[in-house]
Amino acid sequence: MFDFLDSGQYDLLGAFWVTVQLTLYSAIGSLIWGTLLAGMRVSPVPLMRVFGTAYVNLVRNTPLTVIILACSLGLNQTLGITLGGGDFKDIGFRLAVLGLVAYTGTFVCEALRSGINTVPVGQAEAARALGLSFTQVLTLVVLPQAFRSVVAPLANVLIALTKNTTVAAAISAAEAAYLMKSMIENESDALLAVFAVFALGFVLLTLPTGLLLGWVSKRVAVKR
Amino acid sequence: MTEVSVAEDTAPTADPLVVLNNVNKHFGALHVLQDIDLTIARGEVVVVIGPSGSGKSTLCRTINRLESVDSGTITIDGKPLPEEGRALARLRADVGMVFQSFNLFAHKTVLQNVMLGQIKVRRADKKAAEEKARSLLDRVGVGAQADKYPAQLSGGQQQRVAIARALAMDPKVMLFDEPTSALDPEMINEVLEVMQQLAREGMTMVVVTHEMGFARSAANRVVFMADGRIVEEAQPDQFFTNPRSDRAKDFLSKILHH
Repeated sequence: MFDFLDSGQYDLLGAFWVTVQLTLYSAIGSLIWGTLLAGMRVSPVPLMRVFGTAYVNLVRNTPLTVIILACSLGLNQTLGITLGGGDFKDIGFRLAVLGLVAYTGTFVCEALRSGINTVPVGQAEAARALGLSFTQVLTLVVLPQAFRSVVAPLANVLIALTKNTTVAAAISAAEAAYLMKSMIENESDALLAVFAVFALGFVLLTLPTGLLLGWVSKRVAVKR
Repeated sequence: MTEVSVAEDTAPTADPLVVLNNVNKHFGALHVLQDIDLTIARGEVVVVIGPSGSGKSTLCRTINRLESVDSGTITIDGKPLPEEGRALARLRADVGMVFQSFNLFAHKTVLQNVMLGQIKVRRADKKAAEEKARSLLDRVGVGAQADKYPAQLSGGQQQRVAIARALAMDPKVMLFDEPTSALDPEMINEVLEVMQQLAREGMTMVVVTHEMGFARSAANRVVFMADGRIVEEAQPDQFFTNPRSDRAKDFLSKILHH
């Protein structure tokens, strides 16, 4: 039943490796972009707050497929943006990272913002009273404590991101779901086996993530 | 309630460091600070007392603009408080503040708490900052706790660390916003002793407190507030033995006799 795996026709590990890379790059990007967005949403500058709020509410509520397709059809095919990629798979990969960062950043931002709310006001007041600037108060005192309290919710975001990378198949990034599409076409007599292989692959990716970050979350928690 | 004119002789104006002029502030409909005029001279220890909700904490917090005011001016060392921004941050570095709830940075060790401002605001190098932090921690008697986190310390120890953190900035004036109100009775003294010592060394201090003993022994001047106004200003001896306003008499009769 699983003999299609031995045929040498499919590079299963290679496909999942692309999934891992997509996840990793997107996770790092979303963490940075989400932190910046959260900074904007709590900033004293009204224009930044308005931008942050508008961006989060717009992008968070747009289907990921639409965002990813817009990256491909809008940015690439209409505007000719390749992000420095060579062949179409490479371009697809880079555009997928862009789309995933744009989308996932909003969830990171909102998780982080709820973390900021768990930091007692007195912490920021004490930091301001020392003469730290807004950016210093945020980066030295508030965000480090906020991050520690949202490791578990961020793990959820990361797991969702891992699975969301499958949407990148729509724009020919050669990740797991892209391979699954061709397997479904070629191995129609073993569909359930194909599904099982990919389901298991994703569980193997996400389960350790959840366990590890659950452990980290307990370790770094701030004692008050 | 009889209004008592504030005696001029009790307010040394020789070298004013903090000057509040006709300050007003509202919280919604509540007029929490009403026409506050207060001058604090260099080296003076002013203790602010009064019933809960009289505006004394708010007064303390306006001096480094943790609370903004609606009208009036506040100057520190001749410079008016600027708007929120870099200039205000610079000025705040010169004004030490100690809070009721300590507010030590929970994710940093005691030592890091005392080093942070020196390094990030004063641009001191790490080694000098650590040296100074350790000597300040020794001075307030918590040198042995330097590598612990705030949550591992008792309230009294945390508050002394908070004092050391403020002193590390070499402030011109120290503000104490009810520094002993969140402490167990047996820990109050260890904090008050540090404050007494500071007062003796000539630090300019504004202390909001309910510790009448401290007011008596360490204050150069007692400011009594009620309902958002400064009702009476006097030297501690005079205030505690012979208060002039009815409001102060009433307040003292409630807290001193039982």
